[in-house]
Amino acid sequence: MTTIKLTINNTPATLSVSPIKRLLDVLRDDLHLTGTKEGCGEGECGACAILMNGELVNSCLIPALQADNATLTTIEGLANATHLHPIQQCFLEQGGAQCGICTPGMILATHHLLAQYPNPTDAQIREGLAGNLCRCTGYMRIFESVRQAAAKSLLPNH
Amino acid sequence: MHSDPTQFALIAPATLSEALALLSNGRHTPIAGGTELMVALAAGRLQQKSLVSINHLPELRFIQTTPTAITLGANTTFTDIRRNPTIAAELPLLTLAASWTGSIANQNRATLGGNICNASPAADTPPALLVYDAAVTLISANPETRELVERTFPYAEFHLAYKRTLLHPGELLHSVTIPLPTPAHHHFIRKVGTRNAQAISKTALAAIATVGDHHTLTEVRLAAASLADRPVRLYTTEAALLNASLAAADITTTVLRARAALASESCPIDDIRSTAAYRTAVAANLLEQFLRTLPA
Repeated sequence: MTTIKLTINNTPATLSVSPIKRLLDVLRDDLHLTGTKEGCGEGECGACAILMNGELVNSCLIPALQADNATLTTIEGLANATHLHPIQQCFLEQGGAQCGICTPGMILATHHLLAQYPNPTDAQIREGLAGNLCRCTGYMRIFESVRQAAAKSLLPNH
Repeated sequence: MHSDPTQFALIAPATLSEALALLSNGRHTPIAGGTELMVALAAGRLQQKSLVSINHLPELRFIQTTPTAITLGANTTFTDIRRNPTIAAELPLLTLAASWTGSIANQNRATLGGNICNASPAADTPPALLVYDAAVTLISANPETRELVERTFPYAEFHLAYKRTLLHPGELLHSVTIPLPTPAHHHFIRKVGTRNAQAISKTALAAIATVGDHHTLTEVRLAAASLADRPVRLYTTEAALLNASLAAADITTTVLRARAALASESCPIDDIRSTAAYRTAVAANLLEQFLRTLPA
């Protein structure tokens, strides 16, 4: 066991874990943050995507030790007590979520995309979501959710 | 998850020297971005039980530009490569290869060193590195004295056989140095996979060439993924093309000769992703596309 320190959704945490334990399992089992999902477990589907130090990563491929001192954002860290994050709101309005397994990863991938390209082209949206697989929606509603989120984020005082 | 994490040891030494001293007994396996080894862990097929994390070491994460070359530390991520404007301008094939390696989430973690040292014949960056005549610098610590030892080789000599490389146990890839092509060089790369995003190559071809007076190829370097048990330069095809004419009257002959040469040195396999025959045929098509897009 090894001790790691994290900042998770703006809250500091100190944990004693096996150093090679997958960050995904640390989030779900140790921190009880079950919004992050496991799909394939091999970095293909993006269901476990989170933000680590601002970068999109697949938490199933990160040993806990490599997250020592990192700042993490999971899906639980986006909404506040009363309001959904604007990206979540857009997914809701556009029907971008169906069964919900891919949704947290899709939303964090969108967050990462819009941080880099506030006004993304269609090709940038496609590339930004290419690492996140959905088996329900056919992708177009997710695509429209991202387009709406981008349009909204360009408005003043959104 | 088909492994018990408590059965594995993983430590993160504070410095490169400490990491090399630990690795020097040859009994530990280095792990960088984890996009390969963590998949093996989850699948229950990670043989190595003792790992040393090198991912956090800043000594291995740098991009250094000189007037004649670019050196990339082994920990350079695909995202680092894609975001570097000098690489995009000078080594466009590397930027393109980085852009189609896995997804954004994987590009944020996976490293150039890992892509090379994992030694998959289908890996995305090796064909670009091969045509750019990259050199690799390897580093290790003497197990007794802890003195650091560096060795530098042409990257074309790095892959010895399927998943076998020049690396000794305990040795790390330190960096990759790529001499800058001239403005006269034409660059080409194309990957063929099952889908556009995060596919593993059926095959890929990279090429760099110069065209002289009289429409002849004055320099040509070719490399491919998945045409052999390792990433390969296509020396026979290069020799067949050197001084070949691209003039309208000759291009068909040149293309036919090039396709035949490529087929003669291509030795791919049938596997779940493709067939040997398809791989060779597609690689020949890519070569023809390259030749026909060069200015005649």
